[in-house]
Amino acid sequence: MNKTSIRIGAGAGYAGDRIPPAVELAQHGQLDYLVFECLAERTIALAQLERRQQPDKGFDPLLADRMRAVLPICLAQGTRIISNMGAANPLQAGHEVLRVARELGITGVKVAVVQGDDVLPQLLKDGLELPLIDSDAPLVSLQDTLISGNAYLGADALLPALQTDAQVILCGRVADPAMFLAPLMHHFGWAADDWPQLGQGILVGHLLECAGQITGGYFADPGYKDVPNLARLGFPLAEVQADGTTVITKVAGSGGCVTVATCTEQLLYEIENPARYLQPDVVADFSQVRLVPDGPDRVRATGATGQPRPDTLKVTVGYHDGYIGEGQMSYGGPGCVARGQLALALVRQRLQDAGLGELEARYELIGINSLIPQAQASTEPAEVRLRVAVRAPTRREALLVANEVEALYTNGPAAGGGATKSVREVIAAAAVLVPRDWAQAHVTVLD
Amino acid sequence: MQLRELAHTRTGDKGNRSTLTVIARDIQDFARLETQLTPERVQTHYRGIVQGRVERFTLPQLGALQFVLYEALAGGVTRSLALDAHGKTLSSHLLNIDID
Repeated sequence: MNKTSIRIGAGAGYAGDRIPPAVELAQHGQLDYLVFECLAERTIALAQLERRQQPDKGFDPLLADRMRAVLPICLAQGTRIISNMGAANPLQAGHEVLRVARELGITGVKVAVVQGDDVLPQLLKDGLELPLIDSDAPLVSLQDTLISGNAYLGADALLPALQTDAQVILCGRVADPAMFLAPLMHHFGWAADDWPQLGQGILVGHLLECAGQITGGYFADPGYKDVPNLARLGFPLAEVQADGTTVITKVAGSGGCVTVATCTEQLLYEIENPARYLQPDVVADFSQVRLVPDGPDRVRATGATGQPRPDTLKVTVGYHDGYIGEGQMSYGGPGCVARGQLALALVRQRLQDAGLGELEARYELIGINSLIPQAQASTEPAEVRLRVAVRAPTRREALLVANEVEALYTNGPAAGGGATKSVREVIAAAAVLVPRDWAQAHVTVLD
Repeated sequence: MQLRELAHTRTGDKGNRSTLTVIARDIQDFARLETQLTPERVQTHYRGIVQGRVERFTLPQLGALQFVLYEALAGGVTRSLALDAHGKTLSSHLLNIDID
């Protein structure tokens, strides 16, 4: 606890993120903590479904691969691992880490598992009248289709786990930046009501949580924003001082870049009101943040502050939301746009005749208007790709849509090729706010 | 000239809302961006996509404007029928807007 600064790395920015950059960070980052953020909004609902089918599953499918890659290095260097790869089954995820450790011949591993984010029983008992955020409807409107309800826990839920001697801390749903704030509070002894300090800690977490998105990933625009060695993009780390002053950087020699421009894009990524970034631990205020160059691939971030935390916790609910049937087909050469448009009109007519004309649908030509619906091509492109997507209440109707596109092969305009079709069940996410005491976090240490 | 010459952009998704960040390459240009990139103008540029209002926040020390585009993501990433359900590509669409 006596180090005056600590180093935290981001080992993943989403569930499927690359593993080698995390290994590079673990090897060369001189890290105190390595954090893996792997849990998107609806991932936990999908994991919950998996757990119902297989009680020993429901955690991140890449957990074992990631642990095999970094656990030996982290243990050797005294770097603690924090991750939400527990998803819908953090306890089983903890056992999985121990299994990997045994497989590697490593002894003495302890895993602290944080649970308590699953509030579905309480939602079903007391929460059905809660209004859905961004909707006029109450939660009860989704009652028959509900899969999961997970509260965004805060750093306060992780602190007891950090106070153990576990080298690995696993959780399910925790606010992404809180996984970075927690070790800062733990290490520097920041008080849970020191709002300005917590706001600065949230800034660190927010800048790091998407991993490569601050080191030059998702940034390059040739001739305008060039990024060196993008193919070997390095992941970021933060050097944080006891007062929260932070430098964002990356391992020397890794690809990508850390500049004021990359940091500014990430600072405001997915932020609505910059002065009120709602988190379970604090309402962070990024409105006065300053980003200043501090040498090559180093940017200093200061000036975040905060206000008292909200009285409620946000809960993401996952629910079944019907099916999406989709088909695609390509057209090329002279007249490709006209043939694509003819095909679209034809499929639309067919679906109307089948009684599916009222369903929410997209009829578009990729290459012209699939991203911006009202866009017009100024010159004829060399090729277009027809896309029809329809939301249907049943799998059977969704498949009918997909089949209508495929049938363009022998029944549609000339020279359509490369048909693909898919039907997928939609697991959607919505949110409600619940009293804080509905989520009771607790820690279990496995060894 | 096109905005692309003066600024870079990134979008993010939050439920059914898209966040759109505009950052001046040279902070000297921020004032003209702030004057010309009004919420109304952005709303018009994204007509057919944004079904709700557009809100704007200014961060002059970063040379940045932050827009929130309401009802812009066809129900949000988890249920949208759009090819780009996150609205990730919407940021590039702003780069061809004209700035005097």
